[in-house]
Amino acid sequence: MSGTAGYRMLLAGLALATAVLFALSLTVGPAGISLSDSLDALVFGNGGAAGHDADTRAAMVLVMREIRLPRALLGLGIGASLGLSGAVLQGLLRNPLAEPGLLGVSASASLGAVLAIYTGLSALFPLALPLAALAGAVAAVIVVQAMAQGGGTLTIILAGVAVTSFAAAMTSLALNLSPNPFAALEIVFWMLGSLDDRSMTHVWLAGPFILAGCAMLARCGRALDALTLGHDAARSLGIDLARVRLFAILGTASAVGAATAVAGAIGFVGLVVPHLMRPLVGAVPSRLLPASALGGAAMVLAADIAVRVIAPGRDLKLGVLTAIVGAPFFLWLVYRSRREPA
Amino acid sequence: MSLLDIAGLSASLGRKTVLDRVSLAIGAGECVGLIGPNGAGKSTLLRAVLGLVPHDGTISLTGQAPASLAPDEMARRIAYLPQEREIAWPVSVERIVGLGRMPHGTGAREPDDADRRIILEAMRAMDVAGLAGRRATELSGGETARVLIARALAQRAPLLLADEPTAGLDPAHQIACMRVFSDLAKDGASVLVCLHDLGLAARWCTRLVLMAEGRIIADGPPAHVLTPDRLAEVYGIRAFIGAAEGGMVLQPLDVLVGRDAV
Repeated sequence: MSGTAGYRMLLAGLALATAVLFALSLTVGPAGISLSDSLDALVFGNGGAAGHDADTRAAMVLVMREIRLPRALLGLGIGASLGLSGAVLQGLLRNPLAEPGLLGVSASASLGAVLAIYTGLSALFPLALPLAALAGAVAAVIVVQAMAQGGGTLTIILAGVAVTSFAAAMTSLALNLSPNPFAALEIVFWMLGSLDDRSMTHVWLAGPFILAGCAMLARCGRALDALTLGHDAARSLGIDLARVRLFAILGTASAVGAATAVAGAIGFVGLVVPHLMRPLVGAVPSRLLPASALGGAAMVLAADIAVRVIAPGRDLKLGVLTAIVGAPFFLWLVYRSRREPA
Repeated sequence: MSLLDIAGLSASLGRKTVLDRVSLAIGAGECVGLIGPNGAGKSTLLRAVLGLVPHDGTISLTGQAPASLAPDEMARRIAYLPQEREIAWPVSVERIVGLGRMPHGTGAREPDDADRRIILEAMRAMDVAGLAGRRATELSGGETARVLIARALAQRAPLLLADEPTAGLDPAHQIACMRVFSDLAKDGASVLVCLHDLGLAARWCTRLVLMAEGRIIADGPPAHVLTPDRLAEVYGIRAFIGAAEGGMVLQPLDVLVGRDAV
C-alpha cells in the first residue's frame, strides 16, 4: 500500500537519529574525553593509544563503562518505554490525551521510591529505592487491572485517576511528615526525574522489565488498528479486547514502572512523542508504535544531553527540562490541530 | 442447514429484558430486513450473535457454536457493521476499508494484490474510491457511513450483519447500499440488516423480521409482514401501501393517536 516506503524511510531516519544521539550521549560529560578516546575506552577497554598514561586510561574506561554507558542505555530504554506506552495507551483508549502516567503507574512508582527514602531504607541499601518503586508500580497495576475486568475504557481511566490521586496524596503525606529537611529535599529532587549517577546495576535492574514491557506493548499494533473503528467493530474483526487491555496495562506497568523506578518521573515524553509522530505515519496506530518508541528514545537522549550541555555542574533535572520544553510544545500542537481539524 | 440458527435467545441489559426467547434461522441467499420500533431489541440481537452481549439460548453458525470458533475464524464468517460511526484517528479511507481484510491476515502483513483488489471493489461498490487518499475523520456523515459499509464489504464474509447502514445516506446511496446487499444475497451470502426505513425494507429485502419489545412479532415476505394492522399495532402509524415495478411500495403517512390507535 502507498506510504510503506515513506514509513520505512521514517523508521530508518529515527533509528539513525537515535543511534547518533546515543553516541553523542556517550561523549558528553565533565570528564572531557575526546570522541575517539571515549569509544576506544568503551569498546576495547583502553583509552586511546598514545598520549595517556595507564591511570588516565583506566579512569577513562571507568567513566565510559560505569557512568556514561549506563546513562545512555537508560536514556534509550526509558525514552522508548515512554514513547511506546504513550502510543499504545492512546490507541487503546482511543484518546489523544492518554499517556503512561494515566494508569497511576508513575505516581505509584514514585510513592514507592519516596517511601524508601522516607523510611531510610534507601540509605541502608541503594537498590531499596528502585525495588520499592517497582513494588509501587505493581500495586497500581493490580488495582487498575482488577477494575478493568468487566469494565470498559472509562473504568480504566477513572481507576487510573483515583490511583494517581491517592499515590500523590500519600507522597505529599510523606513530605509533610518528613523527619528532616534533607529527606524532604531528597524526595523532591528524586521526583524531578534524572539519569545522573546511575550505574550498570540500575540497567540490570530496570532492563529486563523494560524489555519485557516493550515486548508486550509492541504486540498490540494489530488490535489498535482495529480499535480505530471502536470496540464492537474491533471485536467483530477478531480482536480479543481483554487480552489487548492486559498486554497494554501490564506492558506499561512493567516498562514505565521500571523507568520511573530508576529515573523518577519524566513527564510529557509519553504524551508529546505520539502526537509528533502521528502525522508522519498517516495516523496508523500500528505504525505509530515503532515510530514512537524510537522518537521517545531520541527525545530522552537529546534532553539528557541538553541538561549536561546547558548547565554543566548545576545538576539540571531531566524531568524538569522535558516538562519545560514539552508543555509549550504540546500547546503548540494543540493550537495547530485546532486550526486544521485533526 | 441454516447459515445462522438462533434458538431461544434471551438477553438483559441491567434489569430490562431486551431479547425474550428469540428464535430465527437465516439461510444462504437471503437478504433479511430486521425492523421494529426503537428499543425493540434489533441491535442487541445482532450484538448477541457476535457474542458482544451476554445472553442465554443457542446460536449456531452452519452448525457450530460461535464460542468454539477462533476469533479470526468467526470474523471470516461474520462481518458486522455497528451503528457507531466514530473513527478515532485521521487514517486514510483506503486503510479504513482495508481493515476489513484483517481477519484474512493483513495486520501481520501488508495487503497483497488480492486484498487490494477486494478493497478497491468494496470502495467502488459504495462510491468512495475517489476518497481513497482522504483522511477518514474529515468526511461528511454520509461519506463516513459509506466508507464503513465498504469496510464491512471488504471482509467478504458469508454473513453480513448491518445495523442501520442507510441512516444518513442520500437516496441514491441508500438504494446503492441496499442493491449491494441484495446482490450479495443473490450471490449466495446472507444479509441481516436493521432498518428504520420501511420503504427500503419493503422494496429490497426478500424477507422481513418484525420485532417489538424483544420478541419477533412477524417473519415472512414484506407483503405479509407489513400489513396496515401490524403497522398500527407495532409502530402506531398508518401508511400508504402499493406496488410499483414489481415490488412493494410503502410510505408512512401519519401517526395514529387516541382511539385511532389499536
